[in-house]
Amino acid sequence: MKKEATANLNNSDSGKDDYISRSKQLLNKYKVKIGDSVKLISNKGDYTGIIMPRYESFNDNYVVIKLNSGYNIGISIDNIINITSEKLSETSVNVSLNPVKTDEPHNGKFVLTKGINHDIKKPLLSSSLPKILLLTTGGTIASKIDYRTGGVTSILNASDLYSIFPEISNYASIYPEFLFNEYSENLYASHWSLLSERISYAVLHEQFDGIIVSHGTDTIHYTSSAMSFALQNLSIPVVLVGSQRSSDRPSSDAFTNLLGAIKFITKTNYAGIFVCMHHTSSDETIACHIGTRVRKNHTSKRNALQSLDHFPFALIYDSDIVCNTDLKRINTRNNISKNLISKTSFDDRVFLLKFYPGFDPSFLECFSNFKYRVIILEGTGLGHVNKNCFPYLEKLIDSGIVIFMTSQCIYGRVQMTVYDTGRDLLDLGVIPLSDMSSETAIVKAMWALSNSSNKKELVEIMRTDLSNELSNTSPLIS
Amino acid sequence: MILMKFDFDSLKVKVGFEIHQQLDTKNKLFCNCKCEEANGSYDNNFIRILRPTKSELGNFDRAAIFEHTKMNTIKYYSKVGLSCLVEADEEPPHDVNRSALETVLLFSLALNSNIVDEIHVMRKLVIDGSNTSGFQRTMLVSTGGNLKVDGFRKIGVQSICLEEDAAKLLPHSKLYKEYGLDRLGIPLVEIALEPISGKPDEIVNVALTLGRLLRSSKRVSRGLGSIRQDVNISVNDGKVVEVKGVQQLSQLVKVLDYETKRQYGLIKIAEEFEKRNIDDGFIGDRIQDITYLFKDSSSTILKKILKDANSILLSIRLRGLNGLIGYEPINGIRLGKELGEFVRFFGLGGIFHSDELPKYGVTVKDVENIKELLGLSNSDAFLIIGGNEKKINIVLEPLIRRIREFKHGVVAETRSATMDGSTIFSRPRAGSSRMYPETDILPIPVESVLLDDLKQKIPLSWNDLIRQIMKKYELNIKLSEHIFDSQYYDIFEKIVSTSKNITPTFIASKLTEDVVSLSRNNLDKSLLTDDILIEVFDNLEKGFIAKESVTLIFEKIMKKESKSVKEAINSLNLIKINDDELHKILDKILNDNAHVIKEKGINSIGALMGKSMIMLRGKVDGYKINEYLKQKIERFINDEFFK
Ligand SMILES: [Zn+2]
Repeated sequence: MKKEATANLNNSDSGKDDYISRSKQLLNKYKVKIGDSVKLISNKGDYTGIIMPRYESFNDNYVVIKLNSGYNIGISIDNIINITSEKLSETSVNVSLNPVKTDEPHNGKFVLTKGINHDIKKPLLSSSLPKILLLTTGGTIASKIDYRTGGVTSILNASDLYSIFPEISNYASIYPEFLFNEYSENLYASHWSLLSERISYAVLHEQFDGIIVSHGTDTIHYTSSAMSFALQNLSIPVVLVGSQRSSDRPSSDAFTNLLGAIKFITKTNYAGIFVCMHHTSSDETIACHIGTRVRKNHTSKRNALQSLDHFPFALIYDSDIVCNTDLKRINTRNNISKNLISKTSFDDRVFLLKFYPGFDPSFLECFSNFKYRVIILEGTGLGHVNKNCFPYLEKLIDSGIVIFMTSQCIYGRVQMTVYDTGRDLLDLGVIPLSDMSSETAIVKAMWALSNSSNKKELVEIMRTDLSNELSNTSPLIS
Repeated sequence: MILMKFDFDSLKVKVGFEIHQQLDTKNKLFCNCKCEEANGSYDNNFIRILRPTKSELGNFDRAAIFEHTKMNTIKYYSKVGLSCLVEADEEPPHDVNRSALETVLLFSLALNSNIVDEIHVMRKLVIDGSNTSGFQRTMLVSTGGNLKVDGFRKIGVQSICLEEDAAKLLPHSKLYKEYGLDRLGIPLVEIALEPISGKPDEIVNVALTLGRLLRSSKRVSRGLGSIRQDVNISVNDGKVVEVKGVQQLSQLVKVLDYETKRQYGLIKIAEEFEKRNIDDGFIGDRIQDITYLFKDSSSTILKKILKDANSILLSIRLRGLNGLIGYEPINGIRLGKELGEFVRFFGLGGIFHSDELPKYGVTVKDVENIKELLGLSNSDAFLIIGGNEKKINIVLEPLIRRIREFKHGVVAETRSATMDGSTIFSRPRAGSSRMYPETDILPIPVESVLLDDLKQKIPLSWNDLIRQIMKKYELNIKLSEHIFDSQYYDIFEKIVSTSKNITPTFIASKLTEDVVSLSRNNLDKSLLTDDILIEVFDNLEKGFIAKESVTLIFEKIMKKESKSVKEAINSLNLIKINDDELHKILDKILNDNAHVIKEKGINSIGALMGKSMIMLRGKVDGYKINEYLKQKIERFINDEFFK
């Protein structure tokens, strides 16, 4: 599934990186390249078809061709007697490469220029439909497959998007814009900065009714948390959308999730950061989650994203949206975009440490060799770790590292006053984070570290509810 | 017009087979679920929407979109153990089932087919809902090769593929299309043969031979529906029509016959188009809404259509086609019938045309009104379609295009076989463009070590296998073939292995001849489950019932008069009686009929036998009664003599 998760943007005409050494030499020898129609003679039989690209991770001993029947087969290099180009360049297909990971080293900083579509600064076209900015960051919402070659490419313009999802033109005018293209596990805090700056720009200077961010699902909840802290008092809804099945499949959940986000933006009156994904395995109901209260709880199911401790903020049905407003900090849509508090920097000197039975406390000594300023300690149950850790934790706190406690239980609240262990940890200076999830806590800590001037302020920020990441009441959910 | 005589022999009919056979593996092709029927006992369901993709149906996009809007919501039913997240398209497929792959490699070896060096799993787009993913996973294992068939020298093999079976369509509501996931993912081998010419029975023999080759591996499933044929048929080098879903050889003969006739009829219709110089522009050059004409019509069919407020009636002018829509160049094949089928595919009820009107409550006056509206001359024809306006708008363009295509005779399309052996339109033929790689599964290299190992396991040829069965079970050739071709071979072997007192010949003949003759009387042989068969022969083995009773019990169960073997035995009063009782009964018969014996001597045995059988049928073997009676009569005569 991973391989098709991200579109590759380079339409290569050489294929030089797809075949390595042996097979590449062979193709060179017969003067043929990827996309050529060829007749291949092997000592088992003759095949006619098109030479296809090969994943770099596959071994090097085969040439792949697509037969006229549409089937791909691999032919062992050792069996190949001859390859001849069937027809010359005119039939040579421009084969888009299968998606490959980009190996470009990430230097940790982006320059905020390449994403912005300056055309949208001027007043938008007069269409009466709501206008939505669609920022793509590497999710599978907007990609299309070349059925001839199997390659996946990103959709970068509105007409392509409408041709794949014609129904959305009934609901809104969509302005797709490419921001970056990464598997979501490859994101850094600097990507969050870039994304939040772009959104901030759109809110302040452009006139959208809402923004949709297409995003890989693996870390969508980290990004939604990051946006929730970086962009407060938003005047419009910003909805992150992912899909668990890529959009080149007839069974993709991309469209229903996207449509759910569009409906939420166009038919409700709320502003803030949200995440839209399937509510169940069925293509029926889309859940709209609060950006700080959502977590990916399944590796592959459509309803992998779930709200923690609270109901999803909204359930989007076919013709109806039911909102659940038990959380305090939900803004309604307004025209006062200047109220936006935009603090888009993050400091990644935060470590997430999961405690487990058998954990060797002396490991904690190694933090003296690193630059970390904050540790999110994911304890057991109500917020506990083995008492043997206490002296080491005390040493770390004395050295200036701030230690917050979250629970590995996923659901529920850290309550360190119930047992001795918790009380002792409190005495050491470990700070409980109530019902904030570990994932949200680490993102918030990165943001708070960058946007506070001292330890006291940092702790104050961490313990104050800014974006529904902390709640006083846990509703009864069956 | 005169019905032309249909001369099969003068036509050049080419038939290509694609056989789909379920493999008898423990687990599915891409997950660990069991390959079993849920028999309706589903425990979960979910709803999905499949979206058409542009290229799947080529230029027939509108039909795909229509199918999508008509039945876009699909409900799937699952059962724990028989389907998991893989079938639900909620988890990537696992690695290919090695045992299934080995079986297909064995078939490739047996058919001298060239096995590819590296197998690539592909996705073949299918959006009718039969696959949760919207595609069927399939892989080409080998190309080329040949099948030896008596009467033909050798028949070329085109390709051998391993693929996953589709979900099973359930009877569904208007709201959703409904499928059961138990069948989805069961491994199938697909073998495509080169097109051949021949008489239907010769062609059936090819299918039979291929089926036997697969079964002789003992690695394929044998129940009803476990083998399906797709047949590609062309007449006189015309376009190839693919007929899907032929399940039985008897049905195949009928399908071949029907489809040949149909294509022949279409060629004849095209000749008429040619004679009349029908130009594309003649077809549908005027289309008129005639809903208002029938506002107060008394026709029940039209009333039914117009009951829906959004329904309309359209008339379509077809210049130069007068007499041609009802023209029947061969029995049962008419342009009108083809068009009716075509619009039914789009969810309309059918069509009316000028060659059949006035009829169905459409009056002479109505016909005249339409002719006037459309400006029809005597050589012109018209068509009426009616239904929901949206549907009509969708069907109109493909319908007109379809009528124009009659000029070219046969159109390349996919049809499905009906149970009565005819074929109906199902969709245009799909091209190779609907295949793309399954990126979730790595390519599978076929190691030569594995092939060397498999070469030792190539299944016996049919003839060798039959010889082996004859020898092992002491069956004659006919019975060996029958039992192996029947669905009961596995159970036959099982019963034989536990029987000491019953001969294999007896078991085989009961399972073939007797079951066949019972099912000829429209009795349901599917009621004879494996468990029931085992129980019947077990009763015989233990001497509880007589040989004669076996067929009686089969009949009782197939008639649904008894639900269990026990019930059948009781209701037929079949419990075998012991010798003491038998002697008592026979002695009584002898005494009661003493005068007959005195009169006829030993020849009275016939009459006494008849009387005994009435009382003892099914409880004692007939030969035994005969034997005892003979002894008793002889003794009786003897005693009389010396009295
Ligand atoms: Zn499964």
